[in-house]
Amino acid sequence: MNGFASFIASPWGSVLAIAGMTLVTFLCRIAGVVVMSRVRITPRIERGLRALPGSIILATILPVVIDNGWPAMIALAAAIIAMAVTRIDIVGLVAGLGTLAVIRAFG
Amino acid sequence: MTLMPPALRPHFSYSGLRHGARAALPAFPGFIMFALAFGTAAAQKGLSLGETLGLSGFVYAGASQMVGLEIWQQVWTPATILTIMTVTAVVNARMIMLGATLQPWLKHEPLPRTALNLFLLTEAGWLIGTRYHTEGGRDVGVLLGCALILWLVWLVATFAGFFAGALVPEPRRFGLDLVMPIFFGVMLVPLWKGFKPALPWLVAGLVSLIVHALVPGYLFIIAGALAGVVAGMLIE
Repeated sequence: MNGFASFIASPWGSVLAIAGMTLVTFLCRIAGVVVMSRVRITPRIERGLRALPGSIILATILPVVIDNGWPAMIALAAAIIAMAVTRIDIVGLVAGLGTLAVIRAFG
Repeated sequence: MTLMPPALRPHFSYSGLRHGARAALPAFPGFIMFALAFGTAAAQKGLSLGETLGLSGFVYAGASQMVGLEIWQQVWTPATILTIMTVTAVVNARMIMLGATLQPWLKHEPLPRTALNLFLLTEAGWLIGTRYHTEGGRDVGVLLGCALILWLVWLVATFAGFFAGALVPEPRRFGLDLVMPIFFGVMLVPLWKGFKPALPWLVAGLVSLIVHALVPGYLFIIAGALAGVVAGMLIE
């Protein structure tokens, strides 16, 4: 076993694993900013970027919510309605979680 | 906030830091639940407190921390280190898009502060920052204040989970297993600007469903979001 391999096999290996995970995660975090600072923003690209935040949200939650069936869908609807009416995010969140808890308690 | 802030120029203030820390409150339940679960799982897996807090404090990305536990090793080799780095990168690649949306807001910031802001970038903090930005806010302090407090909450809850995980009640009973998707849905509302601007979102949602059905892992997020961008570029 050479020096490097035996170093990795020591408890320092965990430190190296965490450092490696930290490095690649940080690269993911900065990559979008670095790339966009080098792209010339045409009107077309700007339209695409405007659609991005909502697209990220829907792409993230839709499969998860559908996987969890109709209680999750009703809870999500309740959360969105409460938020649309009150515009207070914590109210929307509580409405959604409360609805889900009630459905599960009786379902 | 009914009045539009006077300055639409990006800036940074310490009152913004406090504002951001307060605005982060709705993200606390999701952060606490997830970090408690992570701390508990890490302790069960036999990680030391230092390793557990190291993952939460430096990697600071819940899904990849959980997946990382699955392939955690007692004795590491270069191959297993490379594997865990690759898996982490794949799970966290979706963050590239969060950064892309923030770039116009951050482009005049000093580099060290942007590095810190991005080091602390999470979906929840991004959601709160994006809402603030959509409503006309440009104080980068809000983004950083939100990020700092969420990082602290994450660390404290990881610590609590590591020692008291067995005492945590079943999250399903309170609907807390779905707290993140519901929070995401809530934060979609302030972005709503009418049906037509939301058409790309629909495309994003449909594509993510299809990819999720066909491909395992987290690829559906990136695929859906990119489809939304393309749809946004094509729709006049």
